[in-house]
Amino acid sequence: MSDAGLLETLLRRIEAADGGVDSLETASILGVDHQVLVGAVKSLLALEDLISAELRSSKHWELSGEGTEIAEQGSHEARVFSSIPPEGLPQSELMKLSFGKIGFSKAMSNKWIKVDKTHEGGPRIFRSVENIEDQVRDKLLLVQKGNTSQLEEKEKNELKKRKLLSEVTVKSYWITKGSCFSTTITKPETELTPEMIANGSWKEKKFKPYNFEALGVAPDCGHLHPLMKVRTQFRQIFLEMGFTEMPTNNFIESSFWNFDSLFQPQQHPARDAHDTFFISDPALAHEFPLEYLERVKKIHSEGGYGSQGYKYDWKIEEAQKNILRTHTTAVSARMLYKLAQQEKFTPVKYFSIDRVFRNETLDATHLAEFHQIEGVVADRGLTLGDLMGILHQFFTKLGITKLRFKPAYNPYTEPSMEVFSYHEGLKKWVEVGNSGVFRPEMLLPMGLPEDVTVIAWGLSLERPTMIKYGINNIRELVGHKVNLQMVYDGPICRLES
Amino acid sequence: MPTVGVKRDLLFKALGKTYTDEEFDELCFEYGLELDEITSEKEIISREQGDSKASGASDVILYKIDVPANRYDLLCLEGLVRGLQVFKNKLEAPRYRRVSPLSGEPQKLIITEETVAVRPHAVAAVLRNITFTQERYDSFIELQEKLHQNICRKRSLVAIGTHDLDTVSGPFTYTAKPPAEISFKPLNQTKEYTATQLMSLYKTDSHLRHYLHIIEDKPLYPVIYDSNGIVLSMPPIINGDHSKITLKTKNVFVECTATDLTKAKIVLDMMVTMFSEYCSQPFTVEEAEVVYPDGKTCKYPELAYRKEKLSSDFVNRKVGINESTETIARLLTKMCLRSEVTGVGDEIEVEIPPTRSDVIHACDIMEDAAMAYGFNNIPYTTPRTYTVANQFPLNKLTELLRQDLAAAGFTEALNFALCSTEDISDKLGKKISETRAVHIANPKTVEFQVARTTLLPGLLKTLAANRKMPLPLKLFEISDVVLKDDTKDVGARNSRRFCAVYYNKSPGFEVIHGLLDRTMQLLEVKSQRGDGYHIQAAEDSTFFPGRCAEIFVGGKSVGRLGVLHPDVITRFELTMPCSAVEMDIEPFL
Repeated sequence: MSDAGLLETLLRRIEAADGGVDSLETASILGVDHQVLVGAVKSLLALEDLISAELRSSKHWELSGEGTEIAEQGSHEARVFSSIPPEGLPQSELMKLSFGKIGFSKAMSNKWIKVDKTHEGGPRIFRSVENIEDQVRDKLLLVQKGNTSQLEEKEKNELKKRKLLSEVTVKSYWITKGSCFSTTITKPETELTPEMIANGSWKEKKFKPYNFEALGVAPDCGHLHPLMKVRTQFRQIFLEMGFTEMPTNNFIESSFWNFDSLFQPQQHPARDAHDTFFISDPALAHEFPLEYLERVKKIHSEGGYGSQGYKYDWKIEEAQKNILRTHTTAVSARMLYKLAQQEKFTPVKYFSIDRVFRNETLDATHLAEFHQIEGVVADRGLTLGDLMGILHQFFTKLGITKLRFKPAYNPYTEPSMEVFSYHEGLKKWVEVGNSGVFRPEMLLPMGLPEDVTVIAWGLSLERPTMIKYGINNIRELVGHKVNLQMVYDGPICRLES
Repeated sequence: MPTVGVKRDLLFKALGKTYTDEEFDELCFEYGLELDEITSEKEIISREQGDSKASGASDVILYKIDVPANRYDLLCLEGLVRGLQVFKNKLEAPRYRRVSPLSGEPQKLIITEETVAVRPHAVAAVLRNITFTQERYDSFIELQEKLHQNICRKRSLVAIGTHDLDTVSGPFTYTAKPPAEISFKPLNQTKEYTATQLMSLYKTDSHLRHYLHIIEDKPLYPVIYDSNGIVLSMPPIINGDHSKITLKTKNVFVECTATDLTKAKIVLDMMVTMFSEYCSQPFTVEEAEVVYPDGKTCKYPELAYRKEKLSSDFVNRKVGINESTETIARLLTKMCLRSEVTGVGDEIEVEIPPTRSDVIHACDIMEDAAMAYGFNNIPYTTPRTYTVANQFPLNKLTELLRQDLAAAGFTEALNFALCSTEDISDKLGKKISETRAVHIANPKTVEFQVARTTLLPGLLKTLAANRKMPLPLKLFEISDVVLKDDTKDVGARNSRRFCAVYYNKSPGFEVIHGLLDRTMQLLEVKSQRGDGYHIQAAEDSTFFPGRCAEIFVGGKSVGRLGVLHPDVITRFELTMPCSAVEMDIEPFL
């Protein structure tokens, strides 16, 4: 029977049946292998609501190969019995028969035969009863005819032990009509085509259902780097808060702007070669605002503006040394100096997010370069409470609302506060940034009015990004060893969620 | 930030109170300290040297406490306890006094001219009738070490020597001599060495070798003798064994030699204020006289108390609180800054003790008031500062371009601004002299020899690290390179670049060229000679001959594109053809 023929025959049988049909039964009626019929059922199932099929499973007993042989020819012991003529048979002859060995011992234990060991010419077998009843064969015949229920469990298990019977599970389908049952099969269309739309044939057609479990085809697209996505969000937050972006595109900075202008003494450990990258070419900066430089020298070496100063021998040679900037605060210093040169002071809010460099020991969370996020506000009469208020607004935009402040030390801010937030996952307070009020020793030499306060804070861009994207090793995020798959798979960045 | 290790139980005994770890952590937080780690000697040894070495070590609980870098008065148990007790109103800050010896002349330290070239300053003091216990002794040694590591800048600025005064006799002479002429038995050695021998002996000493460079190449080494020619110390390297301190020592001679006098005075003040607690007259220090080469004399320790006047309004205005003058004076007193209301308006007179060398301006006093008030008790306020935000134009352009380059199917890479010399020269087939690269003087590895002058090597390394990814790989980066530029104050400037690479089985010049066309479209530059842009064949050793073009915008060259030279591809450990474009974007502002 052709495939299509089988499908139609099956459908007609379903139509004719009351209720439904059993696949096993139908297969035997149609004389096809059950598996072939199951194939037909599956292909009909693919057509929407044509039929429905319920999987059933049943257990039944089946004869093994040996069992079948016995059902046909009798048990080994019965065959031994019938092989023995009235005059007997030499044991050696019997053992040559295929059933000889097994049949002999069974027949002996049934006491159907006996052995005359003293017979001349070797041991000889004789029948010891007139007739026998071959119960094993009878039982197997019952099973073969499907009347297994007439056997007791014990009997079945004994036959099973002799490997004459086995219990098998048969899976079959109970097939009933579907809501769109029909005896004719229309092959469904896979896709809508321009022709169908043009001639309206889509109205008559059936369409193959989509597999909504499968994934779609990945779009052919480019991707933005996760760290840069986070940078964009931080920029956005500052812009929302009215902060103007500082020009931080100067990685090479003089020690003067990076340290001295910030009232960071020349012997400060941060100015050590162990912490800072010095430049050998071009080694020195050659241009400074000289009057301001004199004021910086004075505040370091002698004090002034109400300060004791550091009282050491300040050297221009040290200030001239070029370095890779260690913080973007060097740019803030330049910007504040520029602000101080304005004829009239105007309040400012500045921010920047850019690279800084540290000649530090590298590990899983520290690289020689990272991005610093910095915010600066300069206005008359700002308070420490104002700094906390701004930090609260800033961190709220990052989804962090619980803040705590720890007194800290920083050479150019006083007071200095470390910002901690409560981490719900870690169940502890973790440091999220640093903040402070710039020292008068930094601001007054620049020429800013005395009542102007400048508050500032900073944090790294990498750390929140690593937390956000669950990255443990910074090298997987920044630099050429990045895993592009991670970049491809990265979600959009919403810091507040 | 320096870390001080103190035994927990000893600390609690001194504080007169037992805290839970959490409670103590909280107290630290409030006071600007950080309970960094709770450990034991055993745990530390086992972590650093393995379990086998740790057996038998003490398992007394240690608190490792981070102390702010300018609070030298908190670098030992004595100082920590004093600070916290005053903070908790359990103790009044002690008054440190310099006293004359009960009988006779003060100890003299005579500085000779020879020291000028190597280590010109020295100060000294005497701790009279001190009682050491093992714990006090350990703390005494540990404080010297902490001071050496921090304010003394690894002994380069100041070096401390402490001596059993009863084993030597003044006056003492601080001089400098050729190393071969200095000979003595150094601390914990059994025989005499010359200074020259000592320098080679200590070359392999894990601790002392770090200080040798301070005097190593000087013709004369600093040395202190007593009146009998006994060597007290050879600063900043080692003390003599003769005058070493023991638990039985009753009278201590402290000397600090320095290249920075201000710091020497601070260090001496710290040593004596911390340990005069254990003298028979607590918190008194016996003066010593320093005689300068010009005959001038000075008495030390200074133990100077300075007075500052400020208004409570100043503190209230800076912190953002509204407290009475009396309250603020009380808050400051809790921070060891004894303060009194003068009665003139809202004026407060604040006395800054010798232990608080960190207080150099009224803003430091204001901070202490804020700390005593509790940072976390200050109400949040919003400043009224009105400003309009502006983006930095170059960053704005960068942000907009990045979005559209990703939309064009290229993936953004982010590479280091520092790299090896080879990356920007040999590997690209260029000479380093042509690159205008900025060179780093002290790189720890080759990865930090220069600032990059081109974005291309970073992208090629990103390709190499991702060779297993499906082809084609299309990457871009918009970021800064650094070039020498004499017109800038520092002699260098950043230059914002756009670079993209296409890596596949075929070179795909047309893809990179198409990306350039798209970029120009985004920048509203037409494809035409003159005002627009055009590309023109160029010679460039980075590119395959005949496969490189220069990009001109308005007649000026802004960059190049082409198929990379097979040698370049190989040197970056790549195997497929690759085309690339790199150009300046600053001309499009």
